[in-house]
Amino acid sequence: MKSKYYGLMAEFDSPAAILSAAEKIRAAGYNRWDVFTPFPIHGLDKVAGFKNSLVGWFSLAFGGGAFVATMGLIWFSNAFDYPMIVGGKPMFSPPMAFVPSYILMIMGAAVGAFVGMLALNGMPRLHHPMLAKERFAQVTRDKFFLVIGANDKKFSETETRRLLESLGGTHIEMVEA
Amino acid sequence: MSEAVTNLKSLAAPAELQRAPIVVNNRGLGWLTDKLLAFAEGKTPLWWWILFVPAVFGATVLLPGALIYQISTGVGVWGNNQPVAWGWDIINFVWWVGVAHAGTLISALLFLTRQHWRTTIGRAAEAMTVFSVMMAGLYPAIHIGRAWFAWFMFPIPNSNGLWPQFRSPLMWDVFAVNTYLSVSTLFWYMGLIPDIAAMRDRATTRVRKFIYGFLAMGWTGSTLQWHNYEKAYVILCGLCTLLVFTVSSIVGLDFCTSQLAGWHATIFPLYFVVGAVYCGFGMVLVLLIPLRKFCHLEDIITPRHMDRICKLTLLSSLVIAYIYLMEYFIAWYSGDPYERWVFSHRLLGHTYWYGGWIMIVVNVGLAQLLWFKRFRQNLKLVFILGILINIGMWFERFVIIVGSLYQDFLPANWGVYYPTWVDICTFLGTLGTFFTMYLLFIKFLPLIAISEVKGALPQGDPHHPLGGAKGGRS
Repeated sequence: MKSKYYGLMAEFDSPAAILSAAEKIRAAGYNRWDVFTPFPIHGLDKVAGFKNSLVGWFSLAFGGGAFVATMGLIWFSNAFDYPMIVGGKPMFSPPMAFVPSYILMIMGAAVGAFVGMLALNGMPRLHHPMLAKERFAQVTRDKFFLVIGANDKKFSETETRRLLESLGGTHIEMVEA
Repeated sequence: MSEAVTNLKSLAAPAELQRAPIVVNNRGLGWLTDKLLAFAEGKTPLWWWILFVPAVFGATVLLPGALIYQISTGVGVWGNNQPVAWGWDIINFVWWVGVAHAGTLISALLFLTRQHWRTTIGRAAEAMTVFSVMMAGLYPAIHIGRAWFAWFMFPIPNSNGLWPQFRSPLMWDVFAVNTYLSVSTLFWYMGLIPDIAAMRDRATTRVRKFIYGFLAMGWTGSTLQWHNYEKAYVILCGLCTLLVFTVSSIVGLDFCTSQLAGWHATIFPLYFVVGAVYCGFGMVLVLLIPLRKFCHLEDIITPRHMDRICKLTLLSSLVIAYIYLMEYFIAWYSGDPYERWVFSHRLLGHTYWYGGWIMIVVNVGLAQLLWFKRFRQNLKLVFILGILINIGMWFERFVIIVGSLYQDFLPANWGVYYPTWVDICTFLGTLGTFFTMYLLFIKFLPLIAISEVKGALPQGDPHHPLGGAKGGRS
């Protein structure tokens, strides 16, 4: 059953408050929750249980792919499709092909990191339930938000609200899906 | 609260051992957001228009005018001719690429070395990189003469069945400059996303909401987003650091793989990297000192930050001095009469001797003033020095390029080179275009990386009393 609510959000004032609130929410057994902050707070990703980000693999794949592809292109164009003798050098030699391949590896790896970041973050997206809340505009300023998903097994509007209140959350509101 | 304060005092190191804060006067997160976006959101001040109008004149009249005239008539409208086939176009290309490098060095290399003070100037320096690489890329494209064949440089299957010749460093340049432009733009844009989201959340008009909302791509600042974002950021920093050392090396290879005396030297790749960074620091000083004053960012870009850029400038000037010295030494030690001729004529020749002296006096001599703290603290003088360094580094490229070409192996080939009005208008046009883009950037985008500065503040540290932690480190 799909709830018409996305979750219950609470507002916190400081990085320390949000970090300890997140730790307690986790300890209380919730596993569908998220934290929104104006800047990365180190330690939160551990509390959220994230492992090493996969962005690096995207970057490696794109960068490695670009390197191999450029090497292949240079071999194909200068040694196979239209072999051309330049200064009596071999038609293809890795040292001369290395520089453009290396440069395009950097390009590929950078694009990979960016694309990986977008893909893993589900971006670009046109809308997010949180963005509809007026108070949430403060998330890019100086407020910290914790949301407990309505799809969490332990979610109950009253109990969860009480827990968030006890953790010092203010402006506790339901977020429409 | 009083308990937290006493705890802070008892835990803190003695005053002389403490690091100066990144943002002075103990500003909070909200204040920072308001302050850093005030310029982009507020009324446009008069000084902006005073700078913008001449810049736009360069961008919309001088540059297109010179380009249209040159492309429709031919490269002959420039001063380039035999024996000086590379003139202002390549000098300016190398100069603009150089300007770009300091931006990447500040934003990428200083990030990897965890220099938190760089958060306050990184964005402005990155913007400088992006815009100056654009200007740099323009020159080779029009220098080829028939600009409508520029696509020959890309490996595109065509009806002639021809491919680029990948052994040439000039070909590597095409890839290097394009990669530099793409990667630095990506890096700059990715850094902007959280701050554009801040502008989206504060936007008051529908148009601004739409544009910033579109550019922010649905950023919410969730833990997962930050988690992946930071990883991508550190990877991009590593890649950009590679580019700092690669792009100018390849530009240096354009020269040193030739047989010409004065160019044919193994030191060139390093020479060009250091020269690029040095010239770029000059431009950073020229851009940041007025920006700091006019946009009232004194609390954020503190004198201490400027002091550090000055020290980095000094360091790169020392390396440049070493390279100049080594160039002369190798020219003498090689025993090659042509090398010796070229290098002695840099300072004592009869046509371009002034270029050599400007290069030595400014880049090596005047930069030594930065040893003095009193000089570094006088930002007006530092600003003037920044302009002089840019001029000095421009003359360095002039000396390298024209100085080696105008008198080559056969005296029958000798000639002189003077720029024409088209050369001058093209250069002024690129300067105008650069400043137009820069002024538009500070007017419409956050000119300081707000989220990064917040993260580097004690107010953003969950284990610091100012970040809300109770007592000491919890």
